[in-house]
This record gives sequence, structure tokens and C-alpha cells, in this order.
Amino acid sequence: MTGGSTTGDDGATAPSSGPQEPRAAWPLWEVFVRSSRGLSHVHAGSLHAPDAEMAVRNARDLYTRRNEGVSLWVVPATAIITSDPYAKDQFFESPQGKDYRHATYYTKSEGVKHL
Amino acid sequence: MTTTAIDARSREDHDAAGKRQFDELIAQDSRIEPRDWMPADYRKSLTRQISQHAHSEIIGMQPEANWITRAPSLKRKAVLMAKVQDEAGHGLYLYSAAETLGTPRDRMTEDLIAGKARYSSIFNYPVLTWADIGAIGWLVDGAAICNQVPLCRASYGPYGRAMVRICKEESFHQRQGFEILLELANGTPEQRAMAQDAVNRWYAPSLMMFGPPDEDSPNSQQSMLWNIKRFSNDELRSRFVGMMVEQVRVLGLELPDKDVRFNEETGRWEHGPLDWNEFKEVLAGRGPCNAQRMERRREAHEDGAWVREAAAAYAEKQALKHAQAA
Repeated sequence: MTGGSTTGDDGATAPSSGPQEPRAAWPLWEVFVRSSRGLSHVHAGSLHAPDAEMAVRNARDLYTRRNEGVSLWVVPATAIITSDPYAKDQFFESPQGKDYRHATYYTKSEGVKHL
Repeated sequence: MTTTAIDARSREDHDAAGKRQFDELIAQDSRIEPRDWMPADYRKSLTRQISQHAHSEIIGMQPEANWITRAPSLKRKAVLMAKVQDEAGHGLYLYSAAETLGTPRDRMTEDLIAGKARYSSIFNYPVLTWADIGAIGWLVDGAAICNQVPLCRASYGPYGRAMVRICKEESFHQRQGFEILLELANGTPEQRAMAQDAVNRWYAPSLMMFGPPDEDSPNSQQSMLWNIKRFSNDELRSRFVGMMVEQVRVLGLELPDKDVRFNEETGRWEHGPLDWNEFKEVLAGRGPCNAQRMERRREAHEDGAWVREAAAAYAEKQALKHAQAA
């Protein structure tokens, strides 16, 4: 499933609530910021820009006014593929009831050092 | 059964399941995300609130931008420019959040320019002196923060996330306003009088920023049931008055309100009467600066048209070049 989104970081468009726009608006871009070396880029928000270069420049002005980042990604919102929100129960079913995948499941070793 | 009947029925099932999930999420004080089912009124009410909030940030740039050239030092100019730039940023975060509900940003801008959308009444008051810039930061941004901190927990995810970012940045705004007033209050007798005069004029309008008294605020209740609003208008206003009472002492100035007192019984701060007719007049477009603000916004939009068109044309040309080279 694809969809243009914004600050909703599931990359989705809500259904349009009115008539379509007569003229094409600037496309929507999702912005990801790496706050410092060694960390991943994290979704910060979205913006409109006519092209990728302007999107990067606008992202700098909008999301890094206080040294929040050392690197930026901009991604066309339409390029984001999302899982289906209506199927999320089945889709994320597999780990349910599988507590044994967590270290906290194993309690007999409590008190044993370095374990 | 005809196909349409089946479609209508599955649509009903879908809505019923969606509503169940929505109610559960709200009951758990969890968050609603853009792709989730939501009641039409929830979507409508949020779109109105978030877009009005965005418009307020954008219109709010004007009263302060007018003072950039007259700020008393290079440092003050730089600070004020940073603040105005923040307001633009806040407007854009909020338009993004509102867009996730399905209304394109361009339509919101058009509604504002056509005079169909509202923005905060506070920006329709004139900014007469440099001390007003201080009073705006201290009182107006202070009231905004008081209102906005609980909105960080609003049930609509994108709105809450935008508010977190905004609140972090707003605290600089309030402190810089406080510093301007503090410096004037400790300056010459004229500067001190100017600071007091600004506080006198901005006090009541900033209290009215919290909206009408609870008994006249019909939308508030639904908004609280949806976990968008967390505290009532009067509750937040009272909290704000309490903070200002403390802070005005540090400034060595006075609040222009003889009726301010802490009510031991209710545990709330009380203030003198506010002119709600004035509030309604300003909201209805008849405040001192409404026409001026709207005209300036329209001009800015029209004057910027060639930039938007040029950027779009350039993007198109570059895309064509890339396509040909490939």
C-alpha cells in the first residue's frame, strides 16, 4: 500500500474530505534527521517542496534551526509503503504469546552473576 | 442481495469495527493515527482546531516582524528574527499535522486568505512600543505555552507530536520576552513606565486567549471527551494567573488587576472580570488590527506567487533534463 502522508509516521493519506484541488500542489516530502554521528535518521516531520533539492534546503530551515541534525534525508511521501492498518492484528500476530523471545522470560538464573 | 447492498453492509461493519476500536483507544488514553478510523466530527473538529492554530502562528509573525528593524540592538534584531522564523516553522508543523486529516495545505491557506478561517484574537491588537515585544513574549507566549503543554498529550498523534516540538521552542520565546521587560523595568523611569504600560495593555487580551468561560464554551466538553483538550479554559486561565502573579514580582511590575486572589476553597487563582464582548468583536473581525493583518497576509501570498511559480517551473525543467539524459 502506498500513500502520501505527513507527520503521521505511518506514511498515509487520510481520505480527502472535499473537492479535488484544481492546480497541482507541491509534492509532500517526509523528513528524516540524523541528530549525531552513530545514530539513525529519525522521522522528524514533513514539508512541501517543488523538488528534492528544495526539499533538502527547506528541511534544513524547518527541522534543524537549533543544531538538531548532522544529516538529512527527504523522501517523497508517495514512495513510502506502509502495512495495512486494518490488518494490523493479523499482521503483527506472530510474536503474541511468545514471551520466551525475551530475556525476562528466564527467571531461574536470577542472582547468577554476568548472566 | 445486490452488490451495492453488500458494499453498504460491509461499509457499515467496517464503521462499527472502526468505532469500537476508536472508542477503545480513547478509553485507554492511547493515540489515534492518521490511517485509523475516526468519527467524522473528530476529524472535522481537529482540522478546525489545528488549522486555526497554524493560521495563528503565521499571522503571529506580523506584529513581531514589524519590530525587527526597530529592535534596539543588533543582538535584539537577531533574537527577534529567530523568534519570527520559529513562528513560521510552528505554522508549518501544524499545517502538516492538519493535512494528515485530509485537507490539503493550499486549501487551508486559501481559507485564511478568503477570511473563512479564524486565528487567535490576540494578534489583532497593535504592538505600540518595544516593551510590547517583551509583554508579548512574556504574557502571550506564556499563555500559549500554558495552553499547549497539555496538547502534547492530545489524542491525535500528529497534533501531539507537533506540539512537543513547538513547546520546546516556545520556552525561549517566553524567556526572551521576560528579559526585555526585566531590563526595561530596571531602566530609566520612562522605560519602566513603558514596560508597565505594555503589561497593562496585554494582560486582559492574554487571559482571553484561553477562550470563553467554561459555561460559554460548548465545544470544550466534547473535545475533553475525545482527549484532545485535557483541562477546561477556566482551569488553564487560573493556572496561568497564578504563574504571572509570581513572575510579575520578579519583574517589579504590577498586574493591572485588583481582583487577583487565590481562592483557598477552590484551590484556584481568580481574576477580575474580562470584557467578553470585546473578545467576540475581535473574533468577528472587528478588532483594532484584523483588516491590516488580513491585508498583509493576502499581499504576502500574492507577492510570493512568482517565487512559487518560478520554483515549480525550475523543478519541472530539471525533471525534464534528467529524463532526457537518462
